[in-house]
Amino acid sequence: MSELKQVEREALDALQGVATAEALAAWKSKYLGSKGVVRDLLSKIASIPAEARKAYGQEVNALKDALTSAFDAREAQLAQAALQRDLEGGALDVTLDGRPRQSGRLHPSTQTLRQIMAIWADMGFQVYKSRDVELDDMNFTQLNFPPDHPARDMQDTFYTVDPSVILRTHTSPGQIRAMHELGENGTQPIRVVLPGMCYRFEQITTRSEVQFHQVEGLVVGRNVRMSDLKGTFTQFLKRLFGENTAVRFRASYFPFTEPSMEIDVECFLCGGAGCRVCKYTGWLEVAGSGMVHPNVLRNGGYDPSVWSGFAFGMGPERITMLKHDIQDIRYFWGNDLRFLGQF
Amino acid sequence: MQVPLSWLKEFVEIDQPAEWVAERLTVAGLEVAHIRYVGVPQQTIEGIRQPKSHHLVWARDKILLGAIREVKPHPNADRLVLAMVDYGAGELEQCVTGAPNLRPYLGQGELDPPLWTAFALEGAVVYDGHSEERKLMTLKGKELRGIYNKSMVCSELELGISDEHEGVILMEERAGFVAGTPLQDVLGDVVFDIELTPNLGHCYSVLGVARELAALTNKPLRVQLDANVPVLQEGDSIFGQAKIEIRNPDLNPRFTAMLLKGTQVKPSPYWVQYRLKLSGQRPINNIVDVTNYVTFEMGQPLHAFDYDKLVQRAGGGVPTIITRTPEPGETLETLDGVKRVLGENQILVCDTAGVLSLGGIIGGAETEISETTTNVLLEAASWHFINIRKTCQAQKVFTEAATRFSRNIHPSRAIIGCRRGIELMRQWGGGMVAKDALDEYPKPPAPLCIDLPISEVKRLLGVELSVQNVAEMLTRLAFDVTLMGDTLRVGVPDYRTDMSEGVVGMADLVEEIARVMGYDNIPNTMLHDQTPPQRTNVRNEFEERVRDICVSLGLTENISYRMTAPELEAMLTPQGLPSSLPQARYVQLANPIASDKTVMRHTLLVSLLHNALLNARFTPRQQVFEVGHVYLLGEGQTLPDELLRLGVLMTGARSESAWMQQSSETVDFYDMKGVIEGVLRGLRLRDVRYTLGGHSSLHPARSATVHVGEQAVGAFGELHPLVASAFKLTGAPVLVAELDLEALLALAPKRHAVKPLPITPAVLEDIALVVDESLPAAQVETVIRKAGGALLRDVRLFDVYRGANLPPNSKSLAYALTYQTDEKTLTDKDVAKVRARIVQAAERELNAKLRS
Ligand SMILES: [Zn+2]
Repeated sequence: MSELKQVEREALDALQGVATAEALAAWKSKYLGSKGVVRDLLSKIASIPAEARKAYGQEVNALKDALTSAFDAREAQLAQAALQRDLEGGALDVTLDGRPRQSGRLHPSTQTLRQIMAIWADMGFQVYKSRDVELDDMNFTQLNFPPDHPARDMQDTFYTVDPSVILRTHTSPGQIRAMHELGENGTQPIRVVLPGMCYRFEQITTRSEVQFHQVEGLVVGRNVRMSDLKGTFTQFLKRLFGENTAVRFRASYFPFTEPSMEIDVECFLCGGAGCRVCKYTGWLEVAGSGMVHPNVLRNGGYDPSVWSGFAFGMGPERITMLKHDIQDIRYFWGNDLRFLGQF
Repeated sequence: MQVPLSWLKEFVEIDQPAEWVAERLTVAGLEVAHIRYVGVPQQTIEGIRQPKSHHLVWARDKILLGAIREVKPHPNADRLVLAMVDYGAGELEQCVTGAPNLRPYLGQGELDPPLWTAFALEGAVVYDGHSEERKLMTLKGKELRGIYNKSMVCSELELGISDEHEGVILMEERAGFVAGTPLQDVLGDVVFDIELTPNLGHCYSVLGVARELAALTNKPLRVQLDANVPVLQEGDSIFGQAKIEIRNPDLNPRFTAMLLKGTQVKPSPYWVQYRLKLSGQRPINNIVDVTNYVTFEMGQPLHAFDYDKLVQRAGGGVPTIITRTPEPGETLETLDGVKRVLGENQILVCDTAGVLSLGGIIGGAETEISETTTNVLLEAASWHFINIRKTCQAQKVFTEAATRFSRNIHPSRAIIGCRRGIELMRQWGGGMVAKDALDEYPKPPAPLCIDLPISEVKRLLGVELSVQNVAEMLTRLAFDVTLMGDTLRVGVPDYRTDMSEGVVGMADLVEEIARVMGYDNIPNTMLHDQTPPQRTNVRNEFEERVRDICVSLGLTENISYRMTAPELEAMLTPQGLPSSLPQARYVQLANPIASDKTVMRHTLLVSLLHNALLNARFTPRQQVFEVGHVYLLGEGQTLPDELLRLGVLMTGARSESAWMQQSSETVDFYDMKGVIEGVLRGLRLRDVRYTLGGHSSLHPARSATVHVGEQAVGAFGELHPLVASAFKLTGAPVLVAELDLEALLALAPKRHAVKPLPITPAVLEDIALVVDESLPAAQVETVIRKAGGALLRDVRLFDVYRGANLPPNSKSLAYALTYQTDEKTLTDKDVAKVRARIVQAAERELNAKLRS
């Protein structure tokens, strides 16, 4: 008997010394494995006198149970200790930078253009694009700028060596093209937005550029009123700048609309109190608009006594500049990655 | 245009604050861009936003209207005098001053009437007249050469009125002047800087703005300037003293003239000079000042001739004013000292001896008013506005007169301006006005009348108004309205040259109604018209999809100038090589703004290389793209084809460096190829092939042409070393690509089917083939796929090996093969058969050896 007790003590002592998973597995194999000590003791049962066999068997089984439960306990203990070590040790420096991911970005103008067009799309306006290099006739005469009229002074133009061809100064010639292409000889209503690059003969400075995007909108229908223009555009501005945006409509003049108006929003940076961005006026000029001029409707194939419409135009670069307090318009075509990386 | 509020008040009663007036004008389309305060405080009005003004406010108790009753010598200083100033306090204040314009009054004893001036008491804040920069100071008592002084007679500079500091303000006596009145109430003013759109020619004057304000505030005009404006005419009739001859009535529809004799040229009264200064005009003398005054007041420019010089030029006879277009080679030296060669249709005012002035724009030097002029012939004429504008642009001269004439002033204004001007000249300079007026008016335009059905107002504005209501609003704007049932017959005032007839005229009137009622009073409604047919813009969606794909591939979008120069694009082709750029004409600008922006681009590559160079200093690692147009002008085309291209540029490290990874490898051909594959896969394009080289801007051994089916759709690869050095991109290799998005749009499938997921396990196997070095990998894959047949589902090259244990000039290509079929689970035997076929085919067709 003392032999079994001795085995038990020896085994339990050894178990106490086990500190690693490998040592634990070795211990288990040595005592409880298929060629282990316990199995060995059991196999000796044949050499035990018959009357003592039962007791011997019971004692070896008791030894096996004791060692098994000691093993389980030790295993749990070691696992617990290992978990503890893992949880407590080797904390990372979480302030180190993450591993860089490769991510691309859209140009800020594209982002603003998409935002604008998405809002108009929700209101049933589809994208219509027209050309950059335009006929003088489309850019001006068809839009009710008579030749040599002072209204042409409002827009400094890039001319080409062909006197009939210019770089469009606004997206508005697209109105005429859209009316011809979609109006089916003045019989179909139209609801489009016209994004595109425009060009003005201006010195490049922090506030002016030779090219810039514009988004034009055009609605033509049998029942389109200035109140619709005000309501629709107000909705648009509230979505672009926020639900509580105050809007101001001012009379203005564009040869291709009448009545014409400039649209201002309350400065969203200072809430109208006055700041550098709004030049301390509390207002930001964001769009020009108006009812389509009867001559323009006529040039687009519509009878202006039956059809009416509204049009508007705005500059995504200007809106981007206002939104992000960008002071220098040259950033847009400068393509400095340190600028583009911020969007 | 600068408009003083005090001048406006002469024409219309204004009881609202200036800030309110400015807002009302702005909302009605007369944009007040800036408000200048002269001495008076800014007011804050609920609901109206104005930028804060930082101007000098004249203290009401310390800066006063003073009357200088005597100028005495300073006992100790020749350059100083003592002004004895009455400021309403009972006794006179002795004020020490060095003002040179008081010196002439020394020793004249008591002055009656006194000299009225701006007077500041101790403690007043004014600008320091002795300081270079504009800074404020507080007036303190101190001894000046032995005499204690605690007050000041002020110059305009010291009060912030102008830069004038030569002398102090001296005003003639006017009705209502009381010594001690706060100066704010005498000279204090508010000046509106109004920016007028081109349609508002009729507002280009104090009267014009006043008319608008009267309509907007529903007040009557106080003064009517019409053809009956009073003139005291006591001289002999002008008939027989001058004649007018108009030779081109289209360019000069009307010419009027009046004659003033025996007048004296001298400075204008102070209040006139003050008004002109606030309006932005330098005073000159009373005669010239009248021409400017009337121009500002009612918008009709005038021109004054020295009558005696005209007589002289007529050889002592009766001068004849002739308006005509120039003779070939004719020249004129104008008042600004420029000798001008006159072009066709640049209409002139002449006499029998030659050219006098450029009609409606600028006078000639010879007959201008001088100190000695006593007889004045005053011209008020009307000119064709578009011709004026063209002449101004051709001659590069822009005057107050021409600016107004180019806004289309109605000929009816001429005689009014002439009468108003000659009378003011008489009042300010003396003399006698000749009876009658010369007035040539060959073709008066017909008056305009518009019929406006009330239904138009509702149709265009969306607001229901009664005919009476609309009639009342139009009447406020001086339209002559007759009601005819539901239609308004509207007579248009002649000065409203912005109005048209018919359906356009109706829209013009509707705009006037909207302006008077206020845009804010038009309701906001949502569109309820029929929704148009909905159309998908396939092209636009494609373009945006390309952008999204490029961004998903880690590229950042550029948008560049679309103007470039042919010389820059020529740098893309090394000397001696045929160019791969489009062989089309350029859209060439007639007025380029810079030497690198003379044409519209043929390629995106110059833009991308230019951007890369600018970025190189700060951002060596660049991975960018641009989607944009190129402009190709084909033979016989007026307008160019505007074609969409995709450009990509990559240079610098393959991945970003960070503390855990140091990136030393720079991008190469295969990085760019990965991008190209990503784009084409994203567009679901199939049947893509790559062939070596083919673009003159690219390295012939490290570039490829991309084909989809039979069509070449672009090229990519490493920039040709000569091109790189031409663009000064001499650092890390630069990889570029340009793809023809027009072609890709046409080739991209409209839809693509998704393969079902496999239902049987796949058998994976590797195979390595040793082939000749020159054999393209794509060819090996083609043979494998063909031999593998239906059971070979996928082939992927995973290793290219060149090494010692291979025969010379050969390489080993290792492929991972995937066998799979939905028919059944493949056995080793099935796979072995296919594999044997592949190896055989490779040996036979490619002369390949299986590598063990
Ligand atoms: Zn603000």
